[in-house]
Amino acid sequence: MDLIHVDGKKKGQILLYALSTCGWCAKTKDLLNTLGVEYDYLFVDQLPKDEMEKVYTEIIHRYNPMGSFPTLVINGKTIVGYQEDEIREALV
Amino acid sequence: MTDRVTDEEVEKVCLRLDREAEAGGYHLNPDTEFVKDLVRGLLANERRYGYPACPCRLSIGVKEADADIVCPCEYRDPDLAEYGACYCTLYVTGAVVAGEQTVGRVPERRPPGGPTKSAAKRPAHLTGSLPYPVHRCRVCGYLCARDEPPEICPICRAKKDRFERFL
Repeated sequence: MDLIHVDGKKKGQILLYALSTCGWCAKTKDLLNTLGVEYDYLFVDQLPKDEMEKVYTEIIHRYNPMGSFPTLVINGKTIVGYQEDEIREALV
Repeated sequence: MTDRVTDEEVEKVCLRLDREAEAGGYHLNPDTEFVKDLVRGLLANERRYGYPACPCRLSIGVKEADADIVCPCEYRDPDLAEYGACYCTLYVTGAVVAGEQTVGRVPERRPPGGPTKSAAKRPAHLTGSLPYPVHRCRVCGYLCARDEPPEICPICRAKKDRFERFL
């Protein structure tokens, strides 16, 4: 799977599972950009089907049983949905 | 690769959705810039899959499997009632439009990967017989008693294939 890397301040391992069409995923990405942190993201809807299924299963089993987007993983802690305060707090 | 969705198309669809929503007693989110982003996502999905699946959910590209999340989705009305907005927040309640209610995060109520076949509702059994079958719109609950459901739901504009036999 091709993670897209965004450079910035190192705050640990930050991974954003997103959909390219989703407004709340875009807001989450914008917030990470505003905060200027280093992170990786993945547009799950743009993956080939077999890879998409693999990644989706991983999201459900490891991070977010509802399989919803955005799913943001900050140093092992999952934040589901665009939750500005929680995201800011996790990245202080 | 599909063509890019143009600003003109987005504008046109926003106007149409607003007109249809208001006619059926629904309302688009007053945050018009955010609505445009969502509509752009809907149009992108329509190009990709052939149907406007929810921009904030993962489609698998199989119409039958994604049927419940084609916009307006089957979760919109319960989410409007409970949270004042649908999952992606394209639609909101009148109270939200009037500024009497604020919208927070709407949690996902769709089971991961979509509803299972066994969860599909069977028509209720009635003693005696009805002169006509009753069809129910799975999106808004509109009922009509006639041989066939309408081409388009007169309330929520969902297509005929989103009707189920109710009685």
